[in-house]
Amino acid sequence: MEPTKTIQEVEADIIENFSMFDQWLDKYEYLIELGKNLDAFPEEAKTEENLIKGCQSRVWLDAKASDGRIWFKADSDAIITKGIISLLISVYNGRTPAEILASDFSFIEKIGLRENLSPTRANGLVSMIETIRKRAAENNN
Amino acid sequence: MNVAEIRNQFPILAEKLPGGQDLVYLDNAATSQRPKRVLDKYLQLSLKTNANIHRAVHYLAAEATDQYESAREAVREFIGAASTKEIIFTSGTTASINTVAYSYGKAFVGRGDNIIVSQAEHHSNIVPWQLLAERTGAEVRALPVDDDGQLRIDLLPRLIDKNTRLVAVCHISNVLGLVNPVKEITRIAHERGVHVLIDGAQGIVHEAVAVKDIDCDFYVFSGHKMYAVPFTGVLYGKQDLLEEMPPFLGGGEMIASVSLEDGTTFAPLPGKFEAGTQNLAGTPTLIEAINTCKQFRDKEIVDYQQRLTDYVLNALQADDRITLYGVPRGNVAKVPLFSFSVKGAHHEDLALILDKMGIAVRSGQMCAEPIMDRFGVTGMVRASFAPYNTLEEAEYFIKCLDRAIKMLS
Ligand SMILES: Cc1ncc(COP(=O)(O)O)c(C=O)c1O
Repeated sequence: MEPTKTIQEVEADIIENFSMFDQWLDKYEYLIELGKNLDAFPEEAKTEENLIKGCQSRVWLDAKASDGRIWFKADSDAIITKGIISLLISVYNGRTPAEILASDFSFIEKIGLRENLSPTRANGLVSMIETIRKRAAENNN
Repeated sequence: MNVAEIRNQFPILAEKLPGGQDLVYLDNAATSQRPKRVLDKYLQLSLKTNANIHRAVHYLAAEATDQYESAREAVREFIGAASTKEIIFTSGTTASINTVAYSYGKAFVGRGDNIIVSQAEHHSNIVPWQLLAERTGAEVRALPVDDDGQLRIDLLPRLIDKNTRLVAVCHISNVLGLVNPVKEITRIAHERGVHVLIDGAQGIVHEAVAVKDIDCDFYVFSGHKMYAVPFTGVLYGKQDLLEEMPPFLGGGEMIASVSLEDGTTFAPLPGKFEAGTQNLAGTPTLIEAINTCKQFRDKEIVDYQQRLTDYVLNALQADDRITLYGVPRGNVAKVPLFSFSVKGAHHEDLALILDKMGIAVRSGQMCAEPIMDRFGVTGMVRASFAPYNTLEEAEYFIKCLDRAIKMLS
């Protein structure tokens, strides 16, 4: 289904949600909840090609382009990472490559995730974002 | 001497985390913290006695050389080596093992030969042997561990054959925390004419090491895990073996004479293996690090550590959500280094949540992929304690771990 809100609107919603948490604990519990509720990822898409390097946990990202939009599915064996994936998908799923490439991904910093995650984890996050951008660039014609 | 007095010697332990919490540092097996006497030594050498060693006749050079050579004598005495010729300074365990793999390999290992390592080795004690095997056409064999993480030394006699040159095993695995029977391993190997290297990166921290008693041919360790500064390390080797081995790195100071026409002859031991400018301010911190290790052998400290070890071991074993790797049995001792996994909770999630609670633990493969494969996991969580860790910290860790597991399940 095509998203009804713009990227900026979804980002604003997420920032608003996170602003209610002043404790890291609540923030993590929310991420864990999001992780648990992420749509199931097809086993057959857990290929070497879809595996993102640079995370301590394993992350798979599958991107399919149709009707000029990109549809993402993703999974991880770690639940907090899965929560972050869920946020990324809610923002970028079903967007056009141009929309994705125009986005600066800054909401992640605004909700205090980057600084809250360990450096190795931050690398994982960075790799995830790079992969989303790469898939968008490949389909941008 | 009690734990509060020890803590006072380690300035970093008084630091607060950005969240305002106290730091609970349980990643000591990766690198220890450093006491003030080590940091002072480093600063003193940099501020007052900085000169290149063994090279010049001036006052500073003589002072710096004295300090460096005093460190050699301190290490010799600490591990009970016969002579300072047997103490080679390196940048750490990794450099020591690579030196042996190259130089010993050049002298003793050829096509069809084999080297035996254990399944529980750090990559540092695997990859250099694989590179040697690739260069020479030799083979690397693995001695397995059982379900408790104990080395199957009963299989060692059968694994050794007439082409085995060296057994290279750790004194204490950085994942399992069990003290391996290195003396017995050495005896089994020597009876069959096979040399032995002990990776003592963790062993030197927890055990009183006497190389003559173990009778191993090589014993290697890093300074940074035993309270010295990083990029310091030791390669102990028996003199007759070191004499037979060609140098590893070539450069300044490791030569007797260099001629473009007649070739080069090498310096006597230990200089032959110390090419180029050494870790001038770092290596002498081993003197103060050794003093710290000796201090930690105080009975009150040892008893306290044992209580802490027993407490954590019991708490982890009593929890059926937790699988502990490296379970003590019989007369095999466990040091306060605990790797575990939790059913249904990823190691990375656990480590992230513990971090938020102010606890530094290690998670992942811990540079030991083969032992992860052995136990069928992609990673583990590891909590490793030092004598400056308190029972209160251990209790806080167990409490936070329980909370983290509940959050994740
Ligand atoms: C058992 C063991 N061997 C080797 C190493 C490598 O030591 P270093 O990185 O100091 O060379 C380590 C440290 O991580 C270790 O624990």
